[in-house]
Amino acid sequence: MASTTDTMSLNLKIWRQKDPTVEGKLVDYKVDNVSPDQSFLEMIDVLNDQLVRKGEDPIAFDHDCREGICGMCSMTIDGKAHGGFKNTTTCQVHMRLYKSGDTIVIEPFRAQAFPVIKDLTVDRSAIDKVMAAGGYVTANTGNAPDGNAIPIPKPVADAAMDAAACIGCGACVASCPNGSGMLFMSAKVSQLALLPQGKPEAPRRALNMVYTHDSLGFGNCSVHAECEATCPKGISIEHIARANREYMKAAFSYHEKTHSEGGA
Amino acid sequence: MSLNLDSKIPSGPLSEKWAKHKFEMKRVNPANKRKFTVIVVGTGLAGASASATLAELGYNVLSFCIQDSARRAHSIAAQGGINAAKNYPNDGDSVKNLFYDTIKGGDYRAREANVYRLAEVSNNIIDQMVAQGVPFAREYGGYLDNRSFGGAQVSRTFYARGQTGQQLLLGAYSGMMKMVSKGKIKQYNRREMMDLVTINGKARGIIVRNLITGELERYAADAVLLCTGGYGNVFYLSTNAQVSNGSAAWRCHKRGAGFANPCFTQIHPTCIPVHGDYQSKLTLMSESLRNDGRVWVPKKEGDTRKPADIPDEERDYYLERVYPSFGNLAPRDVSSRQAKFRCDEGKGVGPTKQAVYLDFRDAIKRDGKEVIAGKYGNLFEMYERITADDPYKTPMMIYPAVHYTMGGLWVDYNLQSTIPGLHVLGEANFSDHGANRLGASALMQGLADGYFVIPYTLSNYLASTPLEKVTTEDNAFKDAEQAVMLQTSKILGIKGKRTVSDFHKALGHIMWDKVGMSRNEEGLKSAINEIRKLREEFWHDVNVPGDTGNFNLELHKATRVADYLELGELMALDALERKESCGGHFREEFQTPDNEARRDDEHFTHAAVWEYTGQNSSPIRHTEELKFENVQLATRSYK
Repeated sequence: MASTTDTMSLNLKIWRQKDPTVEGKLVDYKVDNVSPDQSFLEMIDVLNDQLVRKGEDPIAFDHDCREGICGMCSMTIDGKAHGGFKNTTTCQVHMRLYKSGDTIVIEPFRAQAFPVIKDLTVDRSAIDKVMAAGGYVTANTGNAPDGNAIPIPKPVADAAMDAAACIGCGACVASCPNGSGMLFMSAKVSQLALLPQGKPEAPRRALNMVYTHDSLGFGNCSVHAECEATCPKGISIEHIARANREYMKAAFSYHEKTHSEGGA
Repeated sequence: MSLNLDSKIPSGPLSEKWAKHKFEMKRVNPANKRKFTVIVVGTGLAGASASATLAELGYNVLSFCIQDSARRAHSIAAQGGINAAKNYPNDGDSVKNLFYDTIKGGDYRAREANVYRLAEVSNNIIDQMVAQGVPFAREYGGYLDNRSFGGAQVSRTFYARGQTGQQLLLGAYSGMMKMVSKGKIKQYNRREMMDLVTINGKARGIIVRNLITGELERYAADAVLLCTGGYGNVFYLSTNAQVSNGSAAWRCHKRGAGFANPCFTQIHPTCIPVHGDYQSKLTLMSESLRNDGRVWVPKKEGDTRKPADIPDEERDYYLERVYPSFGNLAPRDVSSRQAKFRCDEGKGVGPTKQAVYLDFRDAIKRDGKEVIAGKYGNLFEMYERITADDPYKTPMMIYPAVHYTMGGLWVDYNLQSTIPGLHVLGEANFSDHGANRLGASALMQGLADGYFVIPYTLSNYLASTPLEKVTTEDNAFKDAEQAVMLQTSKILGIKGKRTVSDFHKALGHIMWDKVGMSRNEEGLKSAINEIRKLREEFWHDVNVPGDTGNFNLELHKATRVADYLELGELMALDALERKESCGGHFREEFQTPDNEARRDDEHFTHAAVWEYTGQNSSPIRHTEELKFENVQLATRSYK
C-alpha cells in the first residue's frame, strides 16, 4: 500500500441542526493526526469519537456499506455532492485527496425534496416513492420463462446495465440547481425501456414516474448536466433524453382504461 | 427445558422430497389470504423477495428495514455472482452437481434435503430475475454469460459486472415497490427490531425502535419472518455494512429460538488488508478475481523487494502448488487458511506483513488490458481508490477478513425456528452452507428462501395453525416493550468512561485472535473469560451520551454491542465444544499432517443447537444429527 506516515490537521466547518424544526448552523471543528489512508467517513468517525468522549452529541450522518454501493452516504463537501471527485461516493473519498491545513465545509444534501432530519442526515424517502410509481416490471414470482428464452443483444444489455448502476443516493438532486431527480428517475425508465422485459409497461411507467417525480417537490430538468458530472456511478444524461422520449411517446399514444373489463 | 429439533424433512427420494412436500402442504384460499398479516424484518434478498412474493399472493405485509430505504440492505454489496444449475455452458452441470458441490463445499455439515432444494430452485431464480429486468452479463448472441467460482469445476455463476448483488437486490426491491404501490406492503424504514413478542408460544409481533424519534413501536401479525442477515460484525472489522448486526436474531434466541452452529464463520480470502486503528471496515475484492489473478508470496522470508523485481522462480504460487487441480479457485476457507500459514511463516508482504499478492500480470499479458478491464474494471478502480495502487501495474495486496456467518437461528425444512410462527430466511438461518459457504451461493440462498420456499411453507403454517386474535395492547407487547425500555435506561444511566466503540474494538480483537481463522482449546477458554470480563466492564463503564426519545446514534450502537458481548461468548463456546476441524472452523488440535482440516464424522456429524437458559446460567447444547443418504462423507480434497 502506498502509505505515507505524514498525518494532516484539518479545519472542518460542519452543519449542525438538532432536528427539522430548528435552524442549523456551521460549527468549527479541528481534527489532527488524520492519515492520508483514512477514508472521509473514518475521519468523521474520529471526530465523533472525540465528541462522545467529551459527552457531546456526535454528528449524525448516513452511511452503511462504506464501499460505494449502497447509496446511503451523502454529504455536500465544499459545495459538491460527495465532494465532487469523479465516480466517487463520500465513503470512497480518501484523505490523501486533501492536504494539511485545508478547511473543509461539510453540509447535508440540499434539495426541496430532501428535508434535513438531523445534522447531515436528510430524508430521501421521495426516491422510494418515485420507484413505487413504476420502477419495476410487473412479473410476479412464478411467471418467468427460461432466462435464455429472449436473447438480448449484448450492447443493449450493457446499456441497460449502465443505467441500472444507479445507487439511488440522490447526489444528482443535490447537485442540480433545480433540485431535479430526473437523472435518478430516468436511469430506471431507461433501463427498463431498453430491455424487452420492460417494454410492455414502458408507456405507463414513464407517465407515472414523471408525474410522481414532479409532485414530490423535485424540480424540472433544464440540462445543466451538473448531475452527470456529480453522479458517483457515471450515469449519463442520455438517459434523461431517453426518458423524455418515452414520456412524449406515451403522452401522445397511451390511454389507460380505468373501468373494469368484467367477464363471465 | 428442551428444544424441538424435528427437522421435518419429507420422506422419499431426495429429488422428490420438495415436490412431494409442496403437494402435501396446506394452502390458504386466495380470498382468505387477505385476512393474514405477516411481519418481514429486513429487506435484503431474502426479505425483499419474501415480502414481494407474499404480497403478490395476497397477504398483508409489514416490512421493516434499518436503513433509510429498503434498497440499501447489505445484499447490495455482493459482487461476484449467483450460482444456478442451468448448464448453459454445456460443461456437465446439473442440479445434482450443484447440490453435491455445495454439500462438499460446506464440509458435510449441512442438511442434504435443504441443499438439494436450494439447487433445485436455483434455476427459477435466474428466470425470475431476468423477467424483472436484471441486466445480467450476456454474450454477443444475446444469451446469458457464465463464469466460474471457487470450489466448482463448472461455470455456473451468473453475474452483472462486479455488482451482481446490487442488481439482484434492486430487482427484488423493485418487485417490493410494485406491491407497495398496490398497498399490500407497508414499509417501516429506519426501524430496528428490539424484541420478538410471543403469545401462547407463537411469534405474534415485534417491538422496534424508530431510529429517528427514538420511540418504541409495537406491531402485531400472524407470523414473523426474520431476514436480518448475519452477525459478522461481532468481529468489529468485517466486510459487512456498518449497520448490519446480530441483535434481532440474538433477541429471538433469548425468546426461545435455538441458535445453530454459531462458530461457523466465513473468513474470505480476498479482502484489502487492515491498515490503521481508525479503520471502520474491510473491503472485499470479489472472489471472481481469482479466475484470472494468481496468488503468491515471495519464497524468501522477509523479502522486501518490489513485487515486479521478484522473478518467477523466487515466487511461491502456493495455491497452485498445494492444490494443483483447483489452483487459485480453491474454496474460501482453504484459501484463507493458506494465506494465514504463509504470513505466519514470515512470507507476508506489504507494510504490515499481513498480506499476500493477487497478481494479474500474466492475465494481462495473455488477454490484454482491455479484456481484464472489461471483467474487473470497477473492482480495480475501487482498489486503487482505497489503496492508491494501480492493480494493472502492480499486484493487489489481499488478506482474509470476516465476511459471512454460516451459523444462525436453527430452522426446520419449512424455515421455521424452534418458535412456531418465527421463520428465518437467508444468512440469518443456519441451514444450507454447513461449515463453509461456496462463492456465489449466498445470493442464491436468500432468493431461494424468499421467492420459492417461504411462500409455500408459510401458507402451510397459516392454514394449519389456530391463531387467536391479538392486538398490540396485549400484555405480552407491553412486557416486551417495558423490557426494552429498562435496558435502554440502564445503558443510558451508566455514563462511564469508555465509548461503545472501545468495547466493540476490544471484543473484535479477542474474536479475531482467538475465535478467528485458527482456534485452539486454550485460546477459546481464555476468549470466554475475556469476553465475560469485558461484558462486565461494559455494564459498568460504557458512556452513552444523550438520552432516549430522539435520534441517538451511540445508543443504537450500544444495544448492538451489548448483544455482541453475549453472542461472542456463545461463538467461542460452540467452537470449544466442536472438537474437530471442518470448513471455516479450524481447530489446531485437529489437522492432518499437511495442515488440512480433520473432521470427526463419528462424533460431530450434527448441527449444534444452543438453547438460551437465562442471563446467569449456561446455555444448553442440543444436536440435530445430519443424515447423509445420498452423498458419501469423504475427506474434502481440492488437490
